[in-house]
Amino acid sequence: MPDSRALRAQFDDLGQQREAAALGMWVLLATEVLFFGALFTGYTVYRLAFHDAFVAGSGHLNVVLGTANTAVLITSSLTMALADVASRSGSRRAVIGFLAATAVLGSAFLAIKGLEYAQEYREGLVPLNSLVFSYSGPDAERVQMFFNFYFAMTGWHSLHLLIGIGLLIVFIVLAWRGRDRVRLEGNVRAGALYWHFVDIVWLFLFPVLYLVR
Amino acid sequence: MSGAMPLDDAVQILPAQASSVAADVDALFYAILAACVIVCLILFVLIWRFSLKYWHSRDADREAHEPQGFRLEFAWTVIPLLVFIGFFVWGARLYLKIEVPPPDALQVHALARQWMWKFEHPGGQREINTLHVPLGRPVTVTLISQDVIHSFFVPAFRIKQDVLPNRYTRIWFEAIEPGRFRLFCAEFCGTSHAGMRGEVIVMPPAEYQAWLASSAPAESLVARGQRMFRSAGCSGCHDPRSTVHAPDLHGIFGRTVQLRGGATAVADEAYLRDSMLLPDSRVTAGFAPLMPSFAGQLDEGEITAIIAYIKSLDAGDSE
Amino acid sequence: MNAGPDYLHEGHSLRSWLLSTDHKRVAWLYLLSVTAFFFVGGTAAALMRLELVTPAGDLLAADTYNEMFSLHGIVMVWFFLIPAVPAVLGNFLLPLMIGARDLAFPRLNLLSWYIFAVGGLFTVITIVAGGVDTGWTFYTPYSSMFSNSNVVLAIVGVFVTGFSSILTGLNFIVSVHKLRAPGMRWFRLPLFVWSLYATSLILVLATPVLAMTLMLVALERLFGIGVFDPALGGDPLLFQHLFWFYSHPAVYVMILPGMGVVSEIIPCFARREIFGYSVMAYSLLAIAMIGFLVWGHHMFVSGQSVYAGMVFGLLSFLVAVPSAIKVFNWVATLYRGSISFETPMLYALGFIGLFSMGGLTGLVLASMAVDVHVHDTYFVVAHFHYIMVGGMVMAFIGGIHFWWPKISGRLYPEFLGRLSAILIFFGFNLTFFPQYIMGYLGMPRRYHEYPPEFQIYHLLSSAGAATLAVGYLFPLCYLAWSMFRGPLAGANPWHATGLEWQTGSPPPAHNFATTPQVTRQPYAYDPTRSREDRA
Repeated sequence: MPDSRALRAQFDDLGQQREAAALGMWVLLATEVLFFGALFTGYTVYRLAFHDAFVAGSGHLNVVLGTANTAVLITSSLTMALADVASRSGSRRAVIGFLAATAVLGSAFLAIKGLEYAQEYREGLVPLNSLVFSYSGPDAERVQMFFNFYFAMTGWHSLHLLIGIGLLIVFIVLAWRGRDRVRLEGNVRAGALYWHFVDIVWLFLFPVLYLVR
Repeated sequence: MSGAMPLDDAVQILPAQASSVAADVDALFYAILAACVIVCLILFVLIWRFSLKYWHSRDADREAHEPQGFRLEFAWTVIPLLVFIGFFVWGARLYLKIEVPPPDALQVHALARQWMWKFEHPGGQREINTLHVPLGRPVTVTLISQDVIHSFFVPAFRIKQDVLPNRYTRIWFEAIEPGRFRLFCAEFCGTSHAGMRGEVIVMPPAEYQAWLASSAPAESLVARGQRMFRSAGCSGCHDPRSTVHAPDLHGIFGRTVQLRGGATAVADEAYLRDSMLLPDSRVTAGFAPLMPSFAGQLDEGEITAIIAYIKSLDAGDSE
Repeated sequence: MNAGPDYLHEGHSLRSWLLSTDHKRVAWLYLLSVTAFFFVGGTAAALMRLELVTPAGDLLAADTYNEMFSLHGIVMVWFFLIPAVPAVLGNFLLPLMIGARDLAFPRLNLLSWYIFAVGGLFTVITIVAGGVDTGWTFYTPYSSMFSNSNVVLAIVGVFVTGFSSILTGLNFIVSVHKLRAPGMRWFRLPLFVWSLYATSLILVLATPVLAMTLMLVALERLFGIGVFDPALGGDPLLFQHLFWFYSHPAVYVMILPGMGVVSEIIPCFARREIFGYSVMAYSLLAIAMIGFLVWGHHMFVSGQSVYAGMVFGLLSFLVAVPSAIKVFNWVATLYRGSISFETPMLYALGFIGLFSMGGLTGLVLASMAVDVHVHDTYFVVAHFHYIMVGGMVMAFIGGIHFWWPKISGRLYPEFLGRLSAILIFFGFNLTFFPQYIMGYLGMPRRYHEYPPEFQIYHLLSSAGAATLAVGYLFPLCYLAWSMFRGPLAGANPWHATGLEWQTGSPPPAHNFATTPQVTRQPYAYDPTRSREDRA
């Protein structure tokens, strides 16, 4: 056995352990699809019913920032993929570097998202209890419904991104402290699957929310 | 009266059959019940017999099964499937009959709220937790809730329909037996859900007419609607002589309306109600979205009256 | 090779139990917690049955009664029925049955229990803070805008517990795929493992939809982000669709593992291979899959379109077919067997009877025209209690008895076991059969006071509930006694053929001294030989 610490007692060999970890992550992602699926279903139902109001609401989103965020997130998927490659073949430093780059890009996404939220807050488009939703155009109730979905969906997505960044930081610390290669590789692979998933969810959210016509 | 609501402690096994569909529903129920009993009996007899015959300390032939597994499995897959499909078709046809009201039915409006039922008859008669209906004539009740979901349930009629906020639902029945029958709220609606009960009083037509006359109010539902139509300010724009450009409502009910953006809508109760509360959502083609929302200004009862008035406007007249 | 001490003697400190990643010890954590919740939910039921003895609402205030049935539903569904068989028996047995040393992710498994405990804690806080009154169904707009009770706390409890279900399901799926012992092909898996696999698919794919939906209700209450708010055009039917998309499959989570348990018990006490093994396995998967497509049958009178109702009605009849197949196969297994009636067998036969009566009355509910009448009446209450209690609880207690020698290494008093099985069977029928009759008479559910003509049925039902309560207390007492004082069982007291019986009772920490090699079907029983002369 190459490294007795890396192999957990319930597995026979590292291959089996790796396959189990990958399958576990895929099952988790299947769960996540259904999490977002519930939101997308609700959104689709209302979007079909209140088409005009949803187009009007979508018109108030900042497409420039949204597009910038899309670019940021796609780039972060690239650096994540590079970290995955580096964990298998490259140096520990490269792994740490790419993980850090991914975490920075993820944080940039959240920062831009925060900027957008702030802008929407100033325009009175945030439908929170205490803050009066002050949209003045026609059909304000159903435009508010659009914004309810917008905040629920992007908020839930941002939470996922936040968890992803947390995971990356944990991996960086582990790599820094000299975690053995086999386990680090498994961690980074599972983390990469998760990260790409969160990225793909955004690639659905962006057109559905920002580009409604 | 056999259909009377039992107010004594007499033990009932089966509910009264007091509507035109009750016997049909019971027939289907008994048929399924008979199938259930037969299957259960077969199962229990088999378990009983096998248990005795193959009890471990008894001598019995325990050699391996004949290879008939497939035939048996096939039989007890296909036979239940066919029986089930039979029940489905029977139930589906009856369901359509129960759900789709006949066109000539008497129209009654019901408003449900925590925790009471309010009814309004076309003649303007209003009652709370009691609904008088004539014997032998289909009655359609249009239901709406002012708050949470309720459910209109008359066991003796075998009918039930959820009552939703912000959406009209409809239920119909034809009482075939005079008497007083229990009305329940069947969807949990809060503290006094169990107290949200009432009764449906079925009267022979002559008595019913007498009741209508004796409880006739000063104005009918349509007249009240007309009064509301003026006092709420609807007539200021929707009157054909008005200077404001708003759709003429004469003969609009039931017509297909062209909407802005190319879609169409049938001007039914739901559409008219939406137009008062959410006027911007489905604007008639050729008109500007000028109408203010009346949400919070008109209650459900007033909306019902105004809709009744709009329904009464024929295409022909223009006052 | 020495397997070392059994798992019960691997350490005696509290820490060695609370931080153990051994699936067998985690199963114990679940066993103790779901048992506690069972008695919490049972107490609520007892108070309801007491209130309903008289037609007037004289014992409990209306709000208290509403909190009791909500508490009963929430606790029994999410904190007893869903975790009971999978997280207790499944956790204990799945690795043993597939010949593995543990689940694929043992630490995740322990984490699942802690998540479950946190969810349970929120539920207990909900109770202490004054309860919740929405029913377990949380229908909007009542739950989102009108209820004055602790809806958000209750939702958080259910939401958190959902993650525990998801992680358990994930662990089971990966373990079945990746950790089977050499020679353990898919069609050599015991049916209990098949049932856990089907259950796990549902847990993983349905639970997130519920979690999201309830989260949206909580968001609406907390922050006014109201996607179900009727004033904004929100549709209460959307909530119902999303809720039942989870909750109908969840009904199968509450019965499939029970079917698996019965499929283990019956061959063992009939000394006969299960009839139609592969049909049994496929029908489990079929139920799990068709179960995802029938949610709309909870909404026949909700205002959904008549034609949507018909599609859901047809599919609901179809999902009954694989269940019927299973019942026929169990009965056919008895044919030419060598049958004996130990306690687990009594529970299994009771399961067949009660499940059949519950399942068959499901046909009444699937035929839309009759459902219009019986929807939301005691007929429905009786139907699902026949499945949930008559089915799942019978299977759970039967399974606990069957595998008790494996879990504890000890025997329980057989006479008391049989006595309580019979008591529970009769108590159950007395409680719930009258509810079918009063349901068809029109008695609506969730009523804390009712018209007097229903009283006779409520009285019978309450008398049955008292019997049932006594029946449930028996096993609690004698199993606790047996755990410490019961006679030693030996490795395989039932002479069963499953892999879990091919190791010590209780099993050693890593289950098997050497990795087993599987060479045959799981039910290699021979009815022509005496039991001791085992196959």
